[in-house]
Amino acid sequence: MTDEQTAAAIVSDPEHVRYLLRQMVRVRRLEEACVEQYSAAKIRGFLHVYIGEEAVAAGVMSAIGPDDAVVATYREHGHALLRGVAANAIMAEMYGHAEGCCRGRGGSMHLFDAATRFYGGNAIVAGGLPLAVGLALADKMSGRDRVTVCFFGEGAVAEGEFHESINLAALWDLPVLFCCENNLYAMGTALDRSESQTDIALKASGYAIASWTVDGMNVLAVEESARRAIDAVRAGAGPHFLELRTYRFRAHSMFDPERYREKTEVERWMERDPIQSLRSALETHGQLSADQWSALQRGVDEEIQAAITFAENGTLEPVEELTRFVYSERTAP
Amino acid sequence: MKTTYREAMRAAIREAMQKDDRVFLMGEDVGRYGGGFAVSLGLLEEFGPVRIRDTPLSEAGFVGAGIGAALGGMRPIIEIMTVNFSLLALDQIMNNAATLLHMSGGQFNVPVVIRMTTGGGRQLAAQHSHSLEGWLAHIPGLRILTPATLEDARGMLWTALEDPDPVLIFEHGSLYNVSGELADDAGSVDIDHAVVRREGAGLSIITYGGTLSTALEAAETLSGEGIDAEVIDLRTLRPLDDAAILASVAKTHRAVVVDEGWRSGGISAEISARITESAFYDLDVPVTRVCSAEVPIPYARHLEQTSLPSSERVCAAAREVVGAGG
Ligand SMILES: Cc1ncc(C[n+]2csc(CCOP(=O)(O)OP(=O)(O)O)c2C)c(N)n1
Ligand SMILES: [Mg+2]
Repeated sequence: MTDEQTAAAIVSDPEHVRYLLRQMVRVRRLEEACVEQYSAAKIRGFLHVYIGEEAVAAGVMSAIGPDDAVVATYREHGHALLRGVAANAIMAEMYGHAEGCCRGRGGSMHLFDAATRFYGGNAIVAGGLPLAVGLALADKMSGRDRVTVCFFGEGAVAEGEFHESINLAALWDLPVLFCCENNLYAMGTALDRSESQTDIALKASGYAIASWTVDGMNVLAVEESARRAIDAVRAGAGPHFLELRTYRFRAHSMFDPERYREKTEVERWMERDPIQSLRSALETHGQLSADQWSALQRGVDEEIQAAITFAENGTLEPVEELTRFVYSERTAP
Repeated sequence: MKTTYREAMRAAIREAMQKDDRVFLMGEDVGRYGGGFAVSLGLLEEFGPVRIRDTPLSEAGFVGAGIGAALGGMRPIIEIMTVNFSLLALDQIMNNAATLLHMSGGQFNVPVVIRMTTGGGRQLAAQHSHSLEGWLAHIPGLRILTPATLEDARGMLWTALEDPDPVLIFEHGSLYNVSGELADDAGSVDIDHAVVRREGAGLSIITYGGTLSTALEAAETLSGEGIDAEVIDLRTLRPLDDAAILASVAKTHRAVVVDEGWRSGGISAEISARITESAFYDLDVPVTRVCSAEVPIPYARHLEQTSLPSSERVCAAAREVVGAGG
């Protein structure tokens, strides 16, 4: 997306661009709070944060409708939040509390929400792709014009489930939007150390699926591409594939000493921080005053602080409930 | 009416497809080819390619897609050609189908049915002779069915489709050609209970699926020797019908468990443990197991037959437990 296109987007609908900025800030604050609460030992297990990649979820979520479905990975707090899962329910889930969106049974890597059709939260790399194909198959067989959006990292591209799923979706012409979040690393394995062909959009196109590469650090570019792709998918043009080029600013998880990349590389990418870039573009065009910016931040801080308070005040699921939800609860006939 | 296990299974699929628009069959070669074991022969012509859906060789992909379609409101019947290939889909079965309801705190149940052929005995060698239903019965969140009779082949599918959670149906490869009489009005059956297939007071032979006929044959031989064996068909390996097992053992005080899986860590070990835990003082002698030899199942007929449970081995085990102890 050129500077002129950014300018045009800002001028034509500054309110909407500020909304996208706010969405990204919400994710960042949520993630920062998660890290803090992890350090305070309130959150345990594996924790993977999305800091640096916010433009991807913010852009895509803004392009989809309320009836569409979302399938994500273990780095999904931001996706859940922007899909409409309450920060309270997310934070309480990470605290392992009964008020969490999964009653404390999922944790950070397994956020689910039926009301917003948020199907997780999958901690098996590429494990969610076949589910997305099936959700779309159900829609197609039932004649519904819903779209299933499936997020996964570039690490998933090496898995068989990736290839099987893209092939099935393309073969059966299913309404899926595949969103590959290419942040260049799968834990410590750089893309060029795991793939013979590192152009992922090109690789996907081998399955005869429309695939584009998108600047994943630019929320306007992401939103625009996602909107085009979603419209096409919904209109019956078959599955689409977006390779969103992005970068994670933080460690893979809370256990990662980051031996595999140079600090300078991280710093170079941080110059392209999606939040800072959009903020300064808005300011340049006189569409974000200092007051507006601090009000935006204040509002987000309040939301996240409230989520922490909610989680702090949460309760533990009674251990008597341990074995619930292994099988469905059937009411006696 | 005279029918076969294969035809009974096909009739069950046909009925489910007619009854419920959400039901569809998906798997490798289920359509044009007519099914690897000809179970779905003719269904493509009857229901068309959308509902009798041929898939590529992508076990993880189409099993996962079935799970996703179930989440999306459909009632898929997924056919995995044989249990041997289900290993490529084990991630989807174990990490998605079995866990989603619990991980989501009760929000997302997975009403999928996955059918597959299991077992050895047809000289197909090590990679095509596995009996892994006991393995899968290890997994909470799944229900494991092993129809061994025409009635169960005809009746278990619909009940499985009505179950809100994932159900795996294991069809022993040696059963498809079994023929016999089936009531014209045969329909859905319960999938919660084991059944006594032969009453007896001298010992309990506990088995399921492909080895039910082995056990019944052994019981027949034993009766000629004055040994009165009861034969229990478990029908469902998860959840196990403990009450039926324990009731039989309380009556006979002796148990032989017959299972085509390997002995170490198998379903027969689980059954034996449950009997020991709950009915130890009812037993006159220790529980005995007849399982497959601990080898990859070999090709040569004599080696394969020696590896698998046979009625001779069941008889020998029975004589031993009857002869031993009080
Ligand atoms: C099938 C599987 N293998 C290995 C792992 C361990 N693991 C967790 S995250 C990860 C890296 C995945 O990288 P990528 O798909 O690029 O996503 P990112 O973490 O960069 O968002 C690995 C190897 C796993 N969870 N699942
Ligand atoms: Mg990555």
